[in-house]
Amino acid sequence: MHEVEIAVAIAVATLRAATPLMLAGFGELITERSGVLNLGVEGMMLMGASVGFIGTVATGSPILGLLLAMLAGAALALVFGVLTLSLMANQVATGLALTIFGVGFSALVGVNWVGTPLQGLSTDIWPSLSTAPPMVQQLMLLDPLVWVAVLLPFVVQWFIYRTRAGMILRAVGESSDVAHALGYSVLRIRYFAVLFGGAMSGLAGAYLSLAYSPMWSENMVAGRGWIALALVVFSTWKPLWLALGSLLFGFVTIAQFQAEGLGLALSPHLLAMLPYIATIVVLVLISRDATRLKLNAPAALGRPFHATA
Amino acid sequence: MPPRLRLTGITKRYAATLANSDVNLTIGPGEIHALLGENGAGKSTLVKIIYGFVRPDSGEIAWEGEPVQIPDPNAARKLGVGMVFQHFSLFESLTVAENIALGLGATETIAELTKRIEEISRRYGLAVTPTRHVHHLSVGERQRVEIVRCLLQSPRLLIMDEPTSVLTPQEAEGLFDVLRRLSSEGCSVLYISHKLEEIKALCERATVLRGGRVVGHCDPRISSEQQMAEMMIGGALPVAHRTSALHEGAPCLQIERLSLPADEPFGTNLRDISLTLRDGEILGVAGVAGNGQKEILAVLSGERLSPDAGSVRVCGTAAGHLGPTARRRLGLAFIPEERIGRGAVGEFSLTENGLLTAYGSGFVRGGLIRFGAIAQYARDIIKRFVVKAAGIEARGSSLSGGNMQKFIVGREMGTNPRVLLAAHPTWGVDIGAAIAIRQALMDLAAAGSGVLVVSEDLAELFEISDKIAVLFHGRLSVPKPTNETSIEEVGLLMGGGTEAGASPVVAHAA
Repeated sequence: MHEVEIAVAIAVATLRAATPLMLAGFGELITERSGVLNLGVEGMMLMGASVGFIGTVATGSPILGLLLAMLAGAALALVFGVLTLSLMANQVATGLALTIFGVGFSALVGVNWVGTPLQGLSTDIWPSLSTAPPMVQQLMLLDPLVWVAVLLPFVVQWFIYRTRAGMILRAVGESSDVAHALGYSVLRIRYFAVLFGGAMSGLAGAYLSLAYSPMWSENMVAGRGWIALALVVFSTWKPLWLALGSLLFGFVTIAQFQAEGLGLALSPHLLAMLPYIATIVVLVLISRDATRLKLNAPAALGRPFHATA
Repeated sequence: MPPRLRLTGITKRYAATLANSDVNLTIGPGEIHALLGENGAGKSTLVKIIYGFVRPDSGEIAWEGEPVQIPDPNAARKLGVGMVFQHFSLFESLTVAENIALGLGATETIAELTKRIEEISRRYGLAVTPTRHVHHLSVGERQRVEIVRCLLQSPRLLIMDEPTSVLTPQEAEGLFDVLRRLSSEGCSVLYISHKLEEIKALCERATVLRGGRVVGHCDPRISSEQQMAEMMIGGALPVAHRTSALHEGAPCLQIERLSLPADEPFGTNLRDISLTLRDGEILGVAGVAGNGQKEILAVLSGERLSPDAGSVRVCGTAAGHLGPTARRRLGLAFIPEERIGRGAVGEFSLTENGLLTAYGSGFVRGGLIRFGAIAQYARDIIKRFVVKAAGIEARGSSLSGGNMQKFIVGREMGTNPRVLLAAHPTWGVDIGAAIAIRQALMDLAAAGSGVLVVSEDLAELFEISDKIAVLFHGRLSVPKPTNETSIEEVGLLMGGGTEAGASPVVAHAA
């Protein structure tokens, strides 16, 4: 019984740790599938974290806070879109600038809110909680965004491979010129993808400041945006592998804390490296087939599109 | 009955050039109409206007008697205009059915669409498999997918832009049958091609463009190829002459039993390739693109190294392990398929582009570039090959494809190579320039160098080569003297047939 409880506890903790990676990762996956590389995930997450936190405290409504966070992420993504899509600026440089901007701007916006206490996201979404067995109760105590993240891989998988809109998205990401020749509005599709990516990053950031550790502190995303970006590439742009990578990263993060708790005689610095090493090793192993990598990679990734008349 | 399409006074100006000037074009119902002209004559601009990519500055378009505007390709498709592009507009990572669905913009499910694809494919004898991924398909199959996609929209005008440049002669014949059948069902066809013998076989009327203007009409069934070519270039057609070196030269380029797996997902594995090129000889390698041309050229030029140094020999020296620069030092020159990007740098001036491969021929002294000498070299090339450019300081990307090609050919020949590799030397080059390039290749061979030409243009290979070999699925057939084989036989080999009595696998006796 005890072991089962520990297992459930680890599963719950893993899911919670993986959620921000999945939310931001799937946003970026859609963006990259349209052929746009937005390296500003970290910055957009930070904006989402601070704006979501402030919005929730100010309005008292976590729902409004989440919406504001998504708007903030999307607004930053819109800046990126105007620069890279309409003005054809270099995507890599613009994305890096976006992250630097997001780090600074979120700190500026949130400077008066550091240390403000906040009740986390309500988990009171299920009826008759008290009658359920304790293990189920633990699962039910997970906040709603975790459940969104659990469903997301399947929704995105279905969207990309089973819907017409997803097919068009893949087409634009593979060859913008051909898509244009067939009469699709490449820029409009890419704007949608970039905005979606921004909104999801904002949501991921807000998850951190509202649910994961309900508080705001400067630079609290702590590199998770970069991890999400790396996971997208290592997963070879496949939704289910991205979910797997995120869960793996979350699991090793948790396992590392457990190991510390158990008094493992390893330097904590080495332990802190574990999630990164394990994730990279596993994903490199599954993506080492160069042929499959080329088939899934959006061929037009990072290339600006200009309709030549 | 009003004509299917009537263009009146179409004019389109780009910055400095008049792409179309007062062009009139009339296509009747069910008519197969040829649009002729050299590169830069304004054919593609005109077609883009009909398909809604480009808006004309002035002029009128009438569709079945009614004046219309065609602001975008969707509007064109709604009218009933279908287009098969010269460069295929297919997505490699999607299936045939998905590709077709994307082109239709319809809302039917893939399953319903698959049924319709199979129906059309049976009706016109266009074999396609809806569930396959496009990257598995041969070029001919890809074109069939494009055509099926057009036919599913029941077009009343089908535009074909250089459709046969990538097909085997037999595949081209099959395409003509489909087009004739469409024409008999009332669908008009606008056919663009450089190959005048095809125009003669297929088209009822032709409009000839030169410098953006209509310079004449003709009935290709009556006019001779010579007459049509002269209308296109606006003067007498130069003739290429072959002065053959008759003696058996020493081997200057050899491949021995080379097998090499492809290094990219859509590539071809090379299988047991052997060939010998001798001094003074032109060896033509025929084949449909995608059968190993790219791979064999990379292995010969040194862009890809072979595991066994001895499997490639340049002028007798084992060179399989040597990179492109080292092979150039041995006397090899290379005209790649892509002009800008591999053959030349678009942002560089012609002088600088000349230096890129010729720097070993005395243009650098003590680590410093001799600008005077290299400028003179560039001027000589421009003069000898009649390259149309603003001058030696013109940027590579400012030249048309044909003129850039002439410059690259000139640059490679200027170093007096003992071996020249030429990949699709006249692809997309207009008639005048193509003749000049072929003549230059033949002159080089007559002067004693070996020339290996990889081309999809059979007429060209038969005109200039001493021997012809065929590449199919990564295997090279035994080279045959040109006068002992025929276009039909080579065409069969290109489609995978084997020659009677000989196996293409056997290494040929040198």
